[in-house]
Amino acid sequence: MAGTMMRVFDRSLGLTIFAVLTLAACSIDSASSGNARPATSANRPAPVNLNPYPSTYHAYPSVPTALVGATILDGEGGRIENGTVLLRDGKVQALGGAELVVPDGYTRVDATGRFVTPGIIDIHSHLGDYPSPSVDAHSDGNEATDPTTPEVWAEHSVWPQDPGFTRALTNGGVTSLQVLPGSANLMGGRSVTLKNVPARTVQVMKFPGAPYSLKMACGENPKRVYGGRGRAPSTRMGNFAVNRQTWARAVEYRARVLRGETVPRDLAMETLSGVLAGEILVQNHCYRADEMVQVMDMAREFGYRVTAFHHAVEAYKIADILRENHVCAAMWADWWGFKMEAYDAIPENIAMMQNAGACAIVHSDDANQIQRLNQEAAKAIAAGRRAGIDISEADAMRWLTINPARAMGIDAMTGSLKPGKMADVVLWNGNPFSVYSRPERVWIDGALMYDAYNPALRPVTDFELGQPGEGDVK
Amino acid sequence: MRGARLLVAAALVALSVPALAQDVAITNARLVIGDGSAPIEHGTVVVRGGRVVAAGAGVAVPATVRTVDAAGRWVTPGIVAGFSRVGLVEVDAVDGSNDAGSAASIYGAAIDIAPALNPLGAPVGVNRLSGVTRALVYPGAAASLFNGRGALVDLGSDANMVTHGGLFQYVELGESGAGRAGGSRQAAILHFRSLLMEAQDFGRNPSAYDGRSRDALLTRVDAQALLRVLDGRDRLFIKVERASDILSVIALLREFPGIKPTLIGVSEGWTVARELAASHIPVIASALNDLPDSFEMLAATQSNIGRMRAAGVPAAIGLVDDNETHKLGYARQYAGNLVGLARIPGASGLTWDQAFASITSGPAIAAGVDSEVGSLLPGRVGDVIIWDGDPLEISSAPAEIYIDGVFQLLRSRQSELRDRYSNPVEGNLPNAYDHDF
Repeated sequence: MAGTMMRVFDRSLGLTIFAVLTLAACSIDSASSGNARPATSANRPAPVNLNPYPSTYHAYPSVPTALVGATILDGEGGRIENGTVLLRDGKVQALGGAELVVPDGYTRVDATGRFVTPGIIDIHSHLGDYPSPSVDAHSDGNEATDPTTPEVWAEHSVWPQDPGFTRALTNGGVTSLQVLPGSANLMGGRSVTLKNVPARTVQVMKFPGAPYSLKMACGENPKRVYGGRGRAPSTRMGNFAVNRQTWARAVEYRARVLRGETVPRDLAMETLSGVLAGEILVQNHCYRADEMVQVMDMAREFGYRVTAFHHAVEAYKIADILRENHVCAAMWADWWGFKMEAYDAIPENIAMMQNAGACAIVHSDDANQIQRLNQEAAKAIAAGRRAGIDISEADAMRWLTINPARAMGIDAMTGSLKPGKMADVVLWNGNPFSVYSRPERVWIDGALMYDAYNPALRPVTDFELGQPGEGDVK
Repeated sequence: MRGARLLVAAALVALSVPALAQDVAITNARLVIGDGSAPIEHGTVVVRGGRVVAAGAGVAVPATVRTVDAAGRWVTPGIVAGFSRVGLVEVDAVDGSNDAGSAASIYGAAIDIAPALNPLGAPVGVNRLSGVTRALVYPGAAASLFNGRGALVDLGSDANMVTHGGLFQYVELGESGAGRAGGSRQAAILHFRSLLMEAQDFGRNPSAYDGRSRDALLTRVDAQALLRVLDGRDRLFIKVERASDILSVIALLREFPGIKPTLIGVSEGWTVARELAASHIPVIASALNDLPDSFEMLAATQSNIGRMRAAGVPAAIGLVDDNETHKLGYARQYAGNLVGLARIPGASGLTWDQAFASITSGPAIAAGVDSEVGSLLPGRVGDVIIWDGDPLEISSAPAEIYIDGVFQLLRSRQSELRDRYSNPVEGNLPNAYDHDF
């Protein structure tokens, strides 16, 4: 896998053949992932560094842990009553029913009457790039100076001291999240995928091995932002024209690289080439059904794939087409009416996508709702049931775990309770689809990062120290 | 489905005439009065002439009254949205459909939202289906420090949604007020005081009051509106968040003893809960804002309402700076969260009974209209919901809705869209032909 990714990725980034060879001689990881650890350089002229801001994440220490007696929702549709989950060396070691023996040396956690799920994953967040407090000085999510800025990287805006990260952990059980640039631009820049562990630097939070995504945006926002300044795009057709012209440049840029030409570095084209090579995923903010279908045509025109449409409030109108094109829809449970393109949102959207056999994801886009994504999924289950669509809790859990993990390219590592995957786990004090339930403990890579019953295991950001309410339960 | 469509059509026709409240008795209910008391098993509520005449256990049902057997389901008063813009906004980002604010107007306190309210707006219908039957609707920013006059509205499917127009005046202090008053909190407090003093001048001798010169702080109509605040005819809703601002407002209000205040927002209220309780000023707070979104809410916590209530502050839930137009049903979810919060060590939540009251009688008390709405005590409006489950649970929804005793259809623009796209693939005709009209 890594080798395949290497091949497409290095071509995409406008390297000379020499640089490719140099990198091939170095770390494969460095090319396979935006978040990988740094490549060591050989004694040759410096190649283009594909991974200049590498992940320095490490798992915190963990002890072998057994969660016993729980209702387990494994994130891939499985449900085990009176189940046991074993965590060891930062990984999910095993899970099973009451018959699963807990070996000696494991810390036993009585999970009777509680639920165990994978850590919640939010595919659409602006934590860190629009942090709290939301003062002007913190407005770092939209490089709204040009309608296409694929050259910017969200990670360069992320403030790791955003208290929103810790709220998402303790109240929401969020263990991984994708932080995206905003939607002012047609091409907003690269996203960054994070482990939700408090850190001094964003590099420490970067999810090792997670691919980059390009954030794109349809519809009202880009045309409003730029049309308001008397420049393109000012219409939806302008949106497409600017996008298509930019993709045409990217196709040409990539062709030159593939022909072996030495091309000047162009950060924007490097990102778009990565998309054309299939190495960088596409997260496309797009509300309306008709626009989503046009975007999929545009993707075919230039030879890339949309991974997921975000804020896809009209996904239910084209659930069949999204399924056939293998494009996910990341959705809110019930947001509607705040703008014209959100006028046709309905609460059955998520359930109707699931019912059509398409890929449904529940996302937040919000520092508050990221703390309650489980409840947003519960709304969708309930709305579906009233519309005659019965979706099990185990299936609904996919919307919060394995489906976003797939659309973020990290599903081989996390997103479900499969042996060998990262031990990103939430113990809920009741059914997570009940309004009355909360995370009781949260593990990230097997390390206990939150325990409701232990004030010492409640993170407090730098910003909150010495302030009114410091260290409060929140 | 055709039958339902015809009923919709009939309901639309009925809008041209006042809807007639039917007398109805709901029996065999898990009955919640909404005043903070515990649910009553096998309870009955009787609504006649659009009003509750009796509710409780062992209530006799008059022979002439239609009876609905709730079969043990939860029956409650309708939810009262504590802070809302329903009826004032259709689509936030579509200016022509958004009457929230009047920043370019020359008026302030005199602006009255009542004539702008649109009971046929889609948000009214959608919120109705979430179990919200009444809402306190507030005006957005105007030219002056004072935003204008808000109203209590109903969400019934009829032509008039104003229950009580001109119920309260609205003003924002703290950061927002500072921005409006010239850049500082002290300027906002001074401006607040000066405007009220000028209104007093007007009140002493209206014919001598100019109101048009460059020196006048108030137009005549704005001065008239503030007189209603000064003598308590209109309540004064004051938005304030920071602890020190809360204390400043409590002190400021001592200068104007005729004012009947309600505090809105109050994110740091728990840190001055004792002082708040001593002031006897009711509070409508956002329940779950727990982030230091600004420097005036550094101490924000989901425990705010629970801690204020524990200290004796009459605190209710409102969607302050939240989804106040389109998703008033969040009030239920937030109240449920405060029940769940009570299980977290170190946090303060509410009991179920308190939580439900915080979205029914709570906002009504805060607005001084609890003798009219917010509970099933005798004499209150006949807003009654039969739920298909625990009304604070996410999975629950209204099974039957009565507003002013009038049965409401469980249809909205959203449900029409849902039905059209239950199978999105076109048949022999495009989807546009998929309707029963």
